[in-house]
Amino acid sequence: MQLIDLHNICKTYQMGHVAVSVLKGISFEVGSGEFVALMGVSGSGKSTLMNILGCLDVPTSGEYRLQGLEISGLSADQRALLRNREFGFVFQNFNLLPRTSALDNVAMPLAYARDHLSDRDARRRAADMLHRVGLGDRLDHVPSQLSGGQQQRVAIARALINRPPVLFADEPTGNLDSRTSEEILKIFQHLNDEEGVTIIVVTHDANVAGHARRIIRIHDGLIQDGAALLRPVKPRQEHLVPETRSGEKP
Amino acid sequence: MKVFRTVRTAVNALRRNPMRAMLTTLGIVIGIAAVIAMVEIGAGSAEALKKTISTMGANVLLIHPGTAASGGVSFGAGSGVTLTPEDCEAIIRECPAVRTAAPIVRARTQVVYGNRNWVPTFIYGTTPEFLDVRDWTMLAEGDLFSQRDVLNANKVCLLGQTLVKELFEAQSPIGEEIRIKNVSFRVIGVLSRKGANMVGMDQDDIVIAPWTTIKYRVTGSSLGNVNQSSQAGSENQVNTLNNLYPGRQPSLYPQRSAAQEANNPMPVRFESVDQILAAAHSTEEIQAAIDQITEALRERHRIRPDESDDFHIRDMTEMANTISATTALMTKLLLLVAMISLVVGGVGIMNIMLVSVTERTREIGLRMAVGARGGDILRQFLVEAVVLCLAGGVLGILLGHGGSMLVRQLLQWPIETSPAAISAAVIVSATVGITFGFYPAWKASRLNPIEALRYE
Repeated sequence: MQLIDLHNICKTYQMGHVAVSVLKGISFEVGSGEFVALMGVSGSGKSTLMNILGCLDVPTSGEYRLQGLEISGLSADQRALLRNREFGFVFQNFNLLPRTSALDNVAMPLAYARDHLSDRDARRRAADMLHRVGLGDRLDHVPSQLSGGQQQRVAIARALINRPPVLFADEPTGNLDSRTSEEILKIFQHLNDEEGVTIIVVTHDANVAGHARRIIRIHDGLIQDGAALLRPVKPRQEHLVPETRSGEKP
Repeated sequence: MKVFRTVRTAVNALRRNPMRAMLTTLGIVIGIAAVIAMVEIGAGSAEALKKTISTMGANVLLIHPGTAASGGVSFGAGSGVTLTPEDCEAIIRECPAVRTAAPIVRARTQVVYGNRNWVPTFIYGTTPEFLDVRDWTMLAEGDLFSQRDVLNANKVCLLGQTLVKELFEAQSPIGEEIRIKNVSFRVIGVLSRKGANMVGMDQDDIVIAPWTTIKYRVTGSSLGNVNQSSQAGSENQVNTLNNLYPGRQPSLYPQRSAAQEANNPMPVRFESVDQILAAAHSTEEIQAAIDQITEALRERHRIRPDESDDFHIRDMTEMANTISATTALMTKLLLLVAMISLVVGGVGIMNIMLVSVTERTREIGLRMAVGARGGDILRQFLVEAVVLCLAGGVLGILLGHGGSMLVRQLLQWPIETSPAAISAAVIVSATVGITFGFYPAWKASRLNPIEALRYE
C-alpha cells in the first residue's frame, strides 16, 4: 500500500457543449518520503492533476487512494479536513493575506484544525515554523515588507504548520529569481531529507525538477514516463488519515 | 473560544480596510441613531404630556349642562341651566365610583387691587372640594375657605400665582382686600403653582371663591336665575345679598308689586351652576363613574327613558388619550422611517460584503485549500457583517443618545432614556447584519477553491 495510489484518473471539463478531456487515464504511485516533480508544458494537465492529488478537485473517473483510503467518496467537508491535516500547499504567487503579519499568516490554517490550540500555543508554533524557514526575525512583518523569497518562505511555513506528511508546491519558484529559487528548493530538499515530508512539485522548469528524486512527465493528459517507483520507501507513520478512516465524521 | 477566534478574525479582516468599514456601517449608525433619538424624544414628550395632564387633576370628569334653545335658536353648549349644587351633592352621595365633586360658577371680570387691575382667565365660584378634585390641595400660603363660607356667601377668595404676581408684585396678599367687579374680597390663601395645561392655558391665572359669593354677589342675576330676580323684584322682601352691593343688572321689565306676585306667581326655579367637576377614584373607575353620574342626574332631572340627557359628561382623560395617541402615532411614523433607513443601511452592508467577497476570492480559495470548510467561510463572512452592524449599532446608540442629550441642552425638550429601545437597537442591528450578510457569506462559501485560487 503506497501513500498515494492513482488508478486511471480521468478529468473532463464541460465547456458549454464541448467536453474537454484534460486527464485521460493517469495511473501512478507515490511512496511516503518521496520528492516527486510533475513536469509538463503548459496545458498538459499537470495543474489539474495536482488539484486532484491535493483533494481540491475530484476526478471525473478513476480511483485515488490516499494511504488506502478512497478519496472520491468523501464529501467536500471531509476533503477540507483532509487538506488541513494531510496536505500543505505552496503556490506560485504565495497567496499570503495582505496587511496581515507573517505570524498570523502562518497561524491561519490552525484556525481550521480539529484539535484547537490555545492562542499562545498557536503563536508559538507559528513562530517556531518561521524560525525553521529562517524568518525568525520577521514575525511581525506584513507581506508587502517582505521580498518574494521571504514571502514564499512564509508560505512554506504556513503549509507546514499542521505538520502535514505531504507538501504540494505549484510552480513554487515561478515568481522568484534563480538565487532565491535555489534557497526555496534547498528548504524543500531539507524537508524531504531530514523530516521525511513527501513533496510533490509541479513545474515546467527543468532546474526545479532536477532537485526531485523522480520526475513524472505529463503530456496531453497522459504520463509520458516516470510512473514507476524508484525505490521502496520506508513507511512514515506520523498521523496519516486515521481520523477519517476510523469512521469519525469530520 | 471558537466564537472569540472567529470574531477576532473578522475584526482583523475589517481592520485591513477601516475607511470602507466605517463608510459601510454609516447607514446602520445613522439608522440606529435616528431610532434612539426618536424614541428618547418621543418618550420624553409622552412623559411631559402625562405630567401636564396630571396637573389638570387625575381622573377628572367635567359635567356640563345641556344646550338651551328658544324658538329654534340654540344658545350653544353649556347654555342650559339644568345643573344645581344639589346635583353635585347627590353625585357625591349616590355615586360610589366618584371620589368627590365640586360645582363651578364662572365669571370673567376685572379684579382690582389698589391701582392695579387684571382680568383673570378663571374666576371660579366653587366649594372647598374643588381643590381636592383638581389635586391642588397644597396651598402656597394661607387657608382654604370653609363650607360655612359657602353657605354664608362670605367674601373671601384664594388667588393663583399669576394673580399674586400681577396684582401684588409677588408680595404676600394674605389679608388684603381685592375687588372683583366692585365687590371686595379678602384674600385668605394663595394656590401653589400648577403651570400651563395641555392646551397651553395658564392654570395659575385663577381666583377661587365660594360659589354662592360669585353667583349672587358678583355675577348678580345671571341668565335664567329666575329665583334671584323674582326675589329682587319683590320690594317688600329684604334681599341681604343683592341690593346691598353693586353688580346688580338693571331689569328690563317693570318691577312687580306684591299683589302681582301673588296673582301670577313665577315658577320658583332652582339655582344653577355652570358645571360640575367630579373625580373618579381611579382611571379604571372612570367609566363606572360616568354611568353612575348619568343615572343619578337622569333621575334627579326626571328624564324619561326615551328622552336624551340634558347634560354632557366629558372625560378629561379622553382628551389626554387623544393627544397622547397623536404623539404615539407620530413617534411610530418616525420610527418606521428610521427602520427604512436601517434597511437601506443593510442593503449597503450587503453591497460592500459582496464586493469584499469578490475582492477576497483568492483569500477564500486559500482558506479552503488549507482546510476551511464551506461552513467556516460562511461563518467568517457572516460574523464580519454582524460585527460591522453591531459596531454600527453601538456607535448609533451613542450618537443617538448624544443627539437627544444635545436636543435637551439646546432646545430644553424633555428626554427619557429608554433601555428597551437600546436593547432593541442592538438586536435589530445584529438581525440586519445576519439578514444582509447571509447572501454574500453564502456566496463566498459556495466558491470553488481552485477557481477562487486562480482568480485575478
